[in-house]
Amino acid sequence: MPALFLRDLRLAVRAGGGALIGVLFFLAVVAVIPFGVGPDLNLLSRIGPAVLWIGALLAALLGLDRLFQLDREDGSLDIMLMQETPMFLTVLVKCLAHWTAAGLPLIIASPVLGLFMNVSGPAMLAVAATLLVGTPAITFIGAVGAAVSVALPRGGVLVSVLVLPLAIPVLIFGVSAVNGAIQDPAPFLPPFLILCALTLFFSVLGPLAAAAALKASSD
Amino acid sequence: MTTMITSAANFVSGLANPTRFLNAVARVLPWMAGITGVLFAVGLVMSFQAPEDYQQGMTVRIMFIHVPSAYIAMFCYAVMAVSAIGTLVWRHPLADVSAKAAAPIGAAFTFLALLTGSLWGKPMWGTWWVWDARLTSVFVLFLMYLGLIAFYRAMDDPARAARVAAVLILVGSINIPIIKFSVDWWNTLHQPASVIRLDGSTIHPTMLYPLLVMVLAFTMLFFTLHLMAMRNEIWRRRVASLRRQAARSVQAS
Repeated sequence: MPALFLRDLRLAVRAGGGALIGVLFFLAVVAVIPFGVGPDLNLLSRIGPAVLWIGALLAALLGLDRLFQLDREDGSLDIMLMQETPMFLTVLVKCLAHWTAAGLPLIIASPVLGLFMNVSGPAMLAVAATLLVGTPAITFIGAVGAAVSVALPRGGVLVSVLVLPLAIPVLIFGVSAVNGAIQDPAPFLPPFLILCALTLFFSVLGPLAAAAALKASSD
Repeated sequence: MTTMITSAANFVSGLANPTRFLNAVARVLPWMAGITGVLFAVGLVMSFQAPEDYQQGMTVRIMFIHVPSAYIAMFCYAVMAVSAIGTLVWRHPLADVSAKAAAPIGAAFTFLALLTGSLWGKPMWGTWWVWDARLTSVFVLFLMYLGLIAFYRAMDDPARAARVAAVLILVGSINIPIIKFSVDWWNTLHQPASVIRLDGSTIHPTMLYPLLVMVLAFTMLFFTLHLMAMRNEIWRRRVASLRRQAARSVQAS
């Protein structure tokens, strides 16, 4: 399992992996927003956390359709399906590796992008913290979509359409936790804990469903 | 009891033969369509004889369409989830046909529920749409129906599509309890459950009975449409395989 983790990580980070494309996409999405809503700093600081979350969500989904595609193309997916380790664990490790390569850079980049959006210090911390516990859930949900797209002759956009509705709760509780940290009456901890619960829940459901879909589409 | 269960199981596995299923559908369908028509006639007359609400006036009659279609929207997904289990566990050939046929019907009823809710919300809440938990979760259900339809259309091999779609349907089924309990878990503009409650219904009988008849009518309508769609899907697959055979025989000669 550590070997698989390191292999996926290396594949993602080295040339042609494109893990940092997600960060670039994140940057592009956030940079486009001020052009759309106008450079009003007060408005930007109010919608900033939500924009950061949406940008991170889209960027996390962007790289996900390739999660199993490359392994499918070079045949290693069939070997993974045949080996003794349960497919569930393999998918879990692949998700964790993908998150480390593509999700973690987003979280590291989020405070910098927060500066662009005139987000205050505590709010930036809250965004980073909620992204840290929230983005794994997006990866696990997206793994189901990625596993489904392996069976599709032309996947791509359809994966995002299938996965995005399931990711809405993560977005809702992520943004409401950030708002709880900034505004006084709204509580921070309950939505934050629900976000943690969602991540744990999908860390079980996502790999299970993805493994089932991969098995169903292989034969 | 056991004989009943075995005979029911035999009946269900006997339907795996498409010809037998088509014969059964041909026999049942006219009756179901007739019952649906009668129920709708009775239900609509009762709906228009129900008294006007003292606050909402005439608009309360939207309820007799809105509530049943919202219920069918969720019921249809439950049927799809059961079919998905049937595909994955028993590999029943009809289960996949059932799930595929149900998706567009479910999307249509979900759209109807959203539309009538919006028309009802404008005079009552003063807005076409609010992002409250119940509305949002039903909207997510609508998106999932559309996604599943798109998925079925993107797959060219029905056998492989069946099991992958079944996994997708089961993952999406976590939305159903969220829809059901959204009005209890969050403070929403949408009212909480009032028909099915532990402490009895809070709707006055003059409005409850038309509603129940309409719910029955919608349920029968759903099953009629579902059986028709399943029949069409089987025919469509037969046409596809006949075409493939014809193409192959042309190639051979």
